[in-house]
Amino acid sequence: MKNSIIAAAAVMITVTGVYANEVLPTKVAFNDDGAVEQSLSGAPGDVANGRIIVGDKGQGNCVACHQVTDLADVPFQGEIGPMLDGAGERWSEAELRGIVANAKIMFEDSMMPSFYKTEGFFRPGNAYTGKAADDTFGPLLSAQQIEDVVAYLVTLKE
Amino acid sequence: MNKLTGAILATLLTTTVALADPVDDNLVLNEETQIVTRTAAPAHLSDVLDEVMSGWLFRGTETRAMQADDFDNPGMIFVEQAMETWDAVDGTEGKSCSSCHNDIDSMAGVKPTYPKWDAKAGTVQTLQMQVNECRTERMGAEAWDYDKGAAINMEAALSSVSRGMPVNVAIDGPAQSTWEQGKEMYYTRTGQLELSCANCHEDNYGMMIRADHLSQGQINGFPAYRLKNTKLNGAHDRFKGCIRDTRAETYSPGSAEFIALELYVASRGNGLSVEGPSIRN
Ligand code: HEC
Ligand code: HEC
Repeated sequence: MKNSIIAAAAVMITVTGVYANEVLPTKVAFNDDGAVEQSLSGAPGDVANGRIIVGDKGQGNCVACHQVTDLADVPFQGEIGPMLDGAGERWSEAELRGIVANAKIMFEDSMMPSFYKTEGFFRPGNAYTGKAADDTFGPLLSAQQIEDVVAYLVTLKE
Repeated sequence: MNKLTGAILATLLTTTVALADPVDDNLVLNEETQIVTRTAAPAHLSDVLDEVMSGWLFRGTETRAMQADDFDNPGMIFVEQAMETWDAVDGTEGKSCSSCHNDIDSMAGVKPTYPKWDAKAGTVQTLQMQVNECRTERMGAEAWDYDKGAAINMEAALSSVSRGMPVNVAIDGPAQSTWEQGKEMYYTRTGQLELSCANCHEDNYGMMIRADHLSQGQINGFPAYRLKNTKLNGAHDRFKGCIRDTRAETYSPGSAEFIALELYVASRGNGLSVEGPSIRN
């Protein structure tokens, strides 16, 4: 995973040079409310890709816990967290970025996984293999994927 | 609850209710044995749960029906294999299980009390460990691999003769520290998803997590025949799968950690009937 991120990043450096603006998972600046003002990737989010990430089992898999009417074509949406319809009205972009990066800062002890965090886990594994994490360990979503998801969530108005 | 559920609810009331909650149904085995699938939570759980419920209540109509009749329960094929093993001589001492224990029906009442403290071994033992103790120390036979073929089939046979009896594992006395260890594990959030057993099976049972209907994660139905892999599955294998799904490094079946967790999870089902071999997805 890290390799592909590094590879992707390398492409980005040469093509656009935005990698320099990427905020590392250990350096994300949360404000007192758990919101994050600064873009994690330094680049704008892609709404269409964010929509895919939220529904895709192999990426965000947000629908494992949340229902989203806009994603009605994605079957088997879970009931653990609140429905995401209207999330873009209830929360600002910075708040949504904070929730997706690490929801536990805004919602104490939240069941929601922290998607942009690399430290502080108990027995972290190597994806779903059941084996211990190795040096390919990285955050659940990349900085750009987080920005894409946030851009999509902002569009969810009732 | 919310818009989507509301919309479906309006058109498909019964189906949606069946999905979101445990069903209101009774399990009677072979039209004679009444199975307790919900009962008051044991005292040690009373601050977190009012009622404990078997995973059977969270499965679909067909799966539930399959378990009600031994002829329809594929798990019973493995039980029959173990019944043959019960009488088969193995090891250097020229003995079978029945040489010491007679008929397997004499084992009724054993399964509900395991895991339990074994004074001689000085540790909490699971039923599979006890079986292996008999094999290695009394029969001169090889130990069986944990949660695998012969071991899990024998556990299912021993469970089958106790079906309908209430799970009743001891959590005090010398077993207490092991129980505490299991309890700590149950509430510890593991892996990159940072989820504990309690997050899913205590706080969210009855809810859907993606395509899965969360139960209370009880083990009164183990060993469980899973339609997914068409064989009997042990509790430790199930724990392993659930922990793996938190993107964590798991423990191994038969490990000290899983023995402790089995004792604790079994104690959460004290009062429910022994059901194994059950049928699950
Ligand atoms: C394992 C469950 C789980 C997963 C997976 C999950 N969430 Fe959540 N989420 C929750 C819970 C629970 C809450 C409610 C906050 C709380 O009280 O803990 C929540 C809250 C939220 C909120 C605030 C909701 C509101 O409108 O008030 C947003 C936005 C959100 N999640 C987005 C996401 C996105 C985007 C993803 C995937 C990238 C995701 N969640 C994945 C469980 C989850
Ligand atoms: C991310 C959610 C999640 C977590 C965390 C989790 N499980 Fe599960 N578990 C499931 C799902 C989904 C199933 C299948 C549906 C069901 O029976 O609940 C399941 C099934 C089970 C079953 C089978 C129940 C039956 O009647 O067949 C047991 C036992 C179990 N889990 C125990 C545990 C234990 C112990 C832990 C912690 C070590 C744990 N689970 C952690 C999601 C989870």
